[in-house]
Amino acid sequence: MKMMNQRETYGKKLVELGEKYKNIVVCEADLGKSTMSYMFQERFPERYFEMGIAEANMVSFATGLALTNKVAFVNTFAVFASGRAYDQIRQSVAIGKFNVKVIGSSSGLSDFGDGATHQAIEDLAIMRAIPNMTVLAPMDAIELEKMMDVIVEYDGPVYMRVNRNDLPALYPEDKPFEIGQPVVIREGKDITVFAHGVMVSMALKAAEQLEKEGISLRVVNVSSLKPLNQEKIIQYAKDVKGVVTAEEHSIIGGLAEIIPSILKGTNTPIESVAVKDVFGQSAQSYEELLVHYGLTDAEIVAATRKILGV
Amino acid sequence: MKECNYTQLKERAQELRREVIKMVGIGKTGHIGGSFSLAEIIAALYFHKLRHDANNPNWEDRDRLIFSKGHAAVIQYAALALCGYFPKEELGRLKELGAMLQGHPDKLTTPGIEANTGSLGQGLSIACGMAAGAKIDKKDYKVYCIVGDGELCEGQIWEAAMAAANYKLDNLVAIVDKNKLMATGPITARFDNNPVPEKWKAFGWHVIEIDGHDVEQVVKALDDADEVKGKPTVIIAHTIKGKGVSFTENNPSFHNGALTEEQYHAALEELATVEGVDAV
Repeated sequence: MKMMNQRETYGKKLVELGEKYKNIVVCEADLGKSTMSYMFQERFPERYFEMGIAEANMVSFATGLALTNKVAFVNTFAVFASGRAYDQIRQSVAIGKFNVKVIGSSSGLSDFGDGATHQAIEDLAIMRAIPNMTVLAPMDAIELEKMMDVIVEYDGPVYMRVNRNDLPALYPEDKPFEIGQPVVIREGKDITVFAHGVMVSMALKAAEQLEKEGISLRVVNVSSLKPLNQEKIIQYAKDVKGVVTAEEHSIIGGLAEIIPSILKGTNTPIESVAVKDVFGQSAQSYEELLVHYGLTDAEIVAATRKILGV
Repeated sequence: MKECNYTQLKERAQELRREVIKMVGIGKTGHIGGSFSLAEIIAALYFHKLRHDANNPNWEDRDRLIFSKGHAAVIQYAALALCGYFPKEELGRLKELGAMLQGHPDKLTTPGIEANTGSLGQGLSIACGMAAGAKIDKKDYKVYCIVGDGELCEGQIWEAAMAAANYKLDNLVAIVDKNKLMATGPITARFDNNPVPEKWKAFGWHVIEIDGHDVEQVVKALDDADEVKGKPTVIIAHTIKGKGVSFTENNPSFHNGALTEEQYHAALEELATVEGVDAV
């Protein structure tokens, strides 16, 4: 299986976009080697702002740059972007719909070694709650690259997750990314799995396993958590026996709540695979942590069986 | 340096105060205190110093003015209306549902407003970003930012102060409205964030201290800031909160207070003339 790293793709793509868009500026809070924004600094030092370890100032500063007709990319870890700079994103950026792209790097549990303080399990919930925000969580590096082409053209605030680790690269090359549109990655007729991020590849693994037993999973990548085409969600849920949501995020405020709220009144059986309402912790590997918090293909299989009663 | 008619600026400052009283009206709360401490500064900026065009609020080469202490927006609204950014009638609809003029500055609704401020501490960072943007674009406009002295308690102010010095933003001028009162009382008694000039010096800024109610000193400080190269300038303006009306001066209850009918008329009467200027 082809493995790719989202942050490496992010760094390279930012440079590529920087060549094309002379109004792209990049702000960083001393994590450039991790977020890979350093690549942009090497190529365009005059459009790169090291802001020191001061995320709050960085986000408002980026707003000022956006107000001079720049597309401002702000880089830090997802946990600091959505937490430390929450008020700046809300007040400086979102109320005015200004053109700031907040990049939440090392999202979810992907910074496995650093523990609870560095793992963002509630960032999507926080960002979704802010009016005017577009909230994105790409499933892999291929999708992330397509996403960046879109968000640079979109005039408004965006929050985008970037995973730290090498992940299976499975996004169909021929499918474009569109803000708001869920994308079917695999067709199936018994159960629909709505997932984002690393959990899309887990769902695909689960689908392969269940296929051997004659159970067919449709896997839908919901990388655009907000906005989200609700009709498509209803459409993908109505011809199956139930749906499973799967995400590297708290069970509060992510797909585990979004999908039931869209499907309310339809009596669709729903099971959720997510981080229960707990913080992360350090581990020796990403995989170890995903297993510990139940973010696996096995959990998706189990959720499917629960709905089907098999 | 532009010629300056100081008498006219003094009259403009009083006119701004009168407009604020009319906007706030009777029995409704409004940020009178922190607006009145700024009257001379705002008059000097909008009616003398700023390069701006009310008919073209998005003119690329305009100077920018950000109220980091967004709660004093009422006096900025008064100035914008008097400059012609929008019809004066809008002042009468302040904070009404659906009105152009919000309780705090909103760039989306109000021509002449440059950013959305109100959560204290953020406006200076935004101003820094604009000044950095001007440098990238090789534009010579300046960015002015009004900061409250109570606001200096916000940590983000000092993050921004470091960033401005680090990026040598000599096209940025911060003006600290040092009116010495926070919402609930005297700063020295409640949470003493002095000494202020020393802090800015230590953060790498060029510091100018003035009497913020002396228009000549205000104009001179703004002109002097133009000569400073390689570092940002802060003008620490010593002011009186509520300046101009006897019963609002140094009175914390007019931080965001309401006027009785009697007070409303008394205030307008006190503001009808300018101290030291013959009535016209």
